[in-house]
Amino acid sequence: MSEIDRESVRAEVRAWLEANWDPTLSLIAWRNRLIDSGWGAPSWPKAWHGRDLPAAVESVVAEEMRRIGAVSVARSGVRGLATATLLAHGSDLQKAKFLRRALSGEDNWCQLFSEPGSGSDLAGALSRADLKDDRWIVNGQKVWTTSAHHADWGLLLARTDFDAPKHEGLSYFILDMHQAGVEVRPLKQMNGHASFNQVFFTDAVVPPEHLVGRLGEGWAVATTTLMHERRGADGLAAAGGKAAERQGPIHDEERAENAIAMEPYRWYPQRAGRVDLILERAKATGKIADPVVRQEIAKLLTLAKSAEWTARRARAAQAQGRAPGPEGSLGKLAASHVARSAAHVHTLITGADAMLAGEDAPMDGLITEILLSVPAGSIAGGTDEIQRNIIAERVLRMPKEPRSDNDRPFRDVPRNQV
Amino acid sequence: MQFAFTPEQSEFRAVLRRFLAEHSPTSAVRKLMETEAGWDREGWRALNAQLGLTGVHIPEEYGGQGFSFVELGIVLEEMGRALLCAPYFATTVLAATAILNAATEAEKGELLPPIALGDTIATLAFTEPNGRWDLGGIGMTATPLGSGRFQLDGEKSFVLDGHTADLIVVAARRPGSEGEEGLSLFSVAGNAPGLTRRALKVIDPTRKQARLTFDGVEARMLGEEGAAAGPLTLTLTQAAACLANEMVGGAERLRESALDYANLRVQFGRPIASFQAMKHKQADMLLEVQLAMSAAYAAASAATEDDPELTAIASLAKAGASEAYVSTAKHTIQIHGGIGFTWDNDTQLWFRRAVSSGLFLGDPAWHRELMLRGWGV
Ligand SMILES: Cc1cc2nc3c(=O)[nH]c(=O)nc-3n(C[C@H](O)[C@H](O)[C@H](O)COP(=O)(O)OP(=O)(O)OC[C@H]3O[C@@H](n4cnc5c(N)ncnc54)[C@H](O)[C@@H]3O)c2cc1C
Repeated sequence: MSEIDRESVRAEVRAWLEANWDPTLSLIAWRNRLIDSGWGAPSWPKAWHGRDLPAAVESVVAEEMRRIGAVSVARSGVRGLATATLLAHGSDLQKAKFLRRALSGEDNWCQLFSEPGSGSDLAGALSRADLKDDRWIVNGQKVWTTSAHHADWGLLLARTDFDAPKHEGLSYFILDMHQAGVEVRPLKQMNGHASFNQVFFTDAVVPPEHLVGRLGEGWAVATTTLMHERRGADGLAAAGGKAAERQGPIHDEERAENAIAMEPYRWYPQRAGRVDLILERAKATGKIADPVVRQEIAKLLTLAKSAEWTARRARAAQAQGRAPGPEGSLGKLAASHVARSAAHVHTLITGADAMLAGEDAPMDGLITEILLSVPAGSIAGGTDEIQRNIIAERVLRMPKEPRSDNDRPFRDVPRNQV
Repeated sequence: MQFAFTPEQSEFRAVLRRFLAEHSPTSAVRKLMETEAGWDREGWRALNAQLGLTGVHIPEEYGGQGFSFVELGIVLEEMGRALLCAPYFATTVLAATAILNAATEAEKGELLPPIALGDTIATLAFTEPNGRWDLGGIGMTATPLGSGRFQLDGEKSFVLDGHTADLIVVAARRPGSEGEEGLSLFSVAGNAPGLTRRALKVIDPTRKQARLTFDGVEARMLGEEGAAAGPLTLTLTQAAACLANEMVGGAERLRESALDYANLRVQFGRPIASFQAMKHKQADMLLEVQLAMSAAYAAASAATEDDPELTAIASLAKAGASEAYVSTAKHTIQIHGGIGFTWDNDTQLWFRRAVSSGLFLGDPAWHRELMLRGWGV
C-alpha cells in the first residue's frame, strides 16, 4: 500500500472520528456506531462491517483511534480466531449472527480443539457429534481450553464419522457454552494460574445451522483457525491499550470488560519472556556491568530484534495481499527461542533472588512468574516440534514421514488408552 | 579417582531407593511442601532410625557412620531423585561439614553426635540478602563480649531450613574486617534471644529457605577466631560437590519419566517415542545427564580423596549439573505437552527444584569462574 493511500485513509478516519467519537455513549452504543462505519474492522469486506481495505491500514486506523482516545472494537481472547474463521468459512447466517457481536464485545469465544488423547494430532479428536432429530448431539471431552469459563461460544472440532479416514470424518461447529450439556472445570497450571479448563460434553446440542463449512470438512476449517492462531502469536497483548489512564464511564465499562475477558491472559506477557524488562533489571541489579551478563543480554536482544523484524516482514508481505500461509510458523518458533533465552537471562540477572517467590521475590514475584510461565509458549498453539515439522514439510517441501494413521477408517487407528 | 561403585555401595543405593520410593512418593512431597516447616519429625526420625543417614559422613568417633563423600553423594543422588522433603542438605551437608572443617575436637564431640543421631536439625547461615556466594559478601559482624562470647548483628538470607533448625552455624566477621580476613564461624540456638526468623516464599517449596535477622544475638565461636575462611571455603566446595550429586539424581529421574511418557503417549497413530525428533531429543538428554553425572561422581570422589584439584572439580560438577538439571526439566515439560504445564503433573516439582538448585551456592557462570581459578587459570 502506498504512502499516499495510507495518508488518505488517515485523513478519512481522522475526520470520521472527530465527527463521531463520543465518550458519553455507552460502550455498546459507541462500538455499534464504529462497526456501522466500517472503521472497526477496515480490512473486512464491506458486506461484513468492513471497508475492503488492505490489512496494512489497520495500524493507521489504530493510531488515529489512540490519538483521539477512542475505544476500539473488542479484540481480546479467541474472538479474533472466531471471526477470521467465520469470514473464511461461515455461512451468511453465521456471519450475521456472530461477527457484529464479536466486534462489539457482547460474545466471548473459546477454542475447543485439544482433547486428552489428541493435542499435536488434533485430527485425532474423539469428541463426537451425532445427528439426531435434525440436531447435532455432542459427547466427549476437550482439554486445555483457555477462557472456556468466560466463553459464550466455542469453536468445536468434533468427529461426525468414525468410518472415514481421520481427516475426513471431522466437522466444525459453533457450540453454545451456556447449556446443560456443557461442563467447564478449571485446571491449575504450574505457574499457579488457572486460565485453561477441561470441558465435558454430555448430549450437548448444536443446531444444524451452526455447522461451519461442509460436513466432513472440519479439518480444513480448523486449519484456518490454527494458521491465524500461530501467526497471531501474542496479539492479545494489544488489547486494553492505554485505556487504563482514560477517564469517563465508557472507559470504565471497557476496563470492566477487559478485567474479565483478559483475566486468563494476565500471565501471557510473562510467558513471552518479558524482554522489555531486561535492561531495566540489569541496571537495577548492577549486573549491567558484568561482561558475562552483557554478552548474554546482547545475544538475547539480537534474537528478539531479529524475530521482531521477521514478524514485521511477514506482516508486510500479508499487507501486500498474500493469504496467511505456513510462513507464519517461523514467528511462533522464533518466539519460543526468544522466551527461553529471556528466561535464562532473567535468571542470570536476578541471581539468588530468583530462588524466591511472591512478595519476597523481585518485582513482587513477576520474575518468578516469567520462569514458571515460559515453558507454556513452546507447547500452546502447536508445540515447537510440530512447528518444525510444518516448516520442514510445508515451507521447505521436504518429504513427509510415511504415515499409517490416515489411510484407513479412523476407528482402526491406534490411539491412547484414556 | 573412583570410577565405579563397589558392590556394597550399589547395594546401599538400592536399599535407599526402595526406602525413599516408599517414604517419599510425590503425594508425600506435595503434602509437605504445603506446610511452613516443609518436613516432618516423624519422617526425619524414620530416615535416621532405619538408615542412620544424617551421620553418613560423620566419623564414628562423633557418633556417625564414618563413610566418605562417595556414600554421601549416593544418599543425595537418591534424595534428589525422590525430591525428599527433609532438612538433610542443611543439617548433614552444610552444618555438619562446616563443624567438621572448622570446630575444635571438643566442639565436634559436643555438636556432632546429636546431629548424627538425627536429634538436632542444623543449618549453615552464610549468604546474606545481597545473594553473594563469595566470602567477601559476608557483612554480619561479631563483636567480642569477653570470655569467648560474641554478639552477632546483621542479616542472613537463603538459609536452608533456617526457620526450623535447632542449631545454626553462622559466618560473621570481626567489625572493620574485609574479604577473607576476620571471618569466624559461630553456633547459635534456633531460639536464641534477638534472633528473628522468617520463612521466605520460594520458587521451590520442596526445600524451604528463611531470612534470619540477628539483633545482638549471643553466640559461641566455633574453632579459631578469624580463621574461618579456609574451612568455610572447603565447606562450600564440598557442598557444591554434594549438590551436584543431588541434582543429577533429580535430572535422571526426570529423564526417565520423559522417556516413559514418550513410550506411552500416542499421537498420529503411533507412540511419540517413535518420531525421530523425539529420539534425538531423548538421546541428547541422556548425553547431558550422563556427562553431568560423571562430573558429579568425580567431584564426590575428589572430595573423598582430598584431591588437590577438588575446588575446580566440584565447581565444574556444580555448573554442569545445574545446566543439565534445568535443561532436562524443560525438555521433560515439553515432552509431556499440555499436561507438563499443569500443577498436578509432578514434573513441575522437579523443575522448581532444578531452578533453585542451579542458583543455590552460586550459578553456573560463578562456578565456571571458580573452576578456572581452582586450576590457577
Ligand atoms: C497455556 C496453554 C493454553 C492452551 N489453550 C488451548 C485452547 O484454548 N484450546 C485448545 O484446543 N488447546 C489449547 N492448548 C493445547 C495445546 O494446543 C496442546 O497442548 C498442544 O498442541 C500439544 O498437545 P498435547 O498437549 O496433547 O501434547 P502431545 O501432542 O501429546 O505432545 C507431547 C510431545 O510429543 C511431541 N510430538 C507430538 N507429535 C510429534 C511429532 N510428530 N514429531 C515430534 N514430536 C512430536 C510434542 O511436540 C510434545 O513434545 C493450550 C495449551 C497450553 C499449554
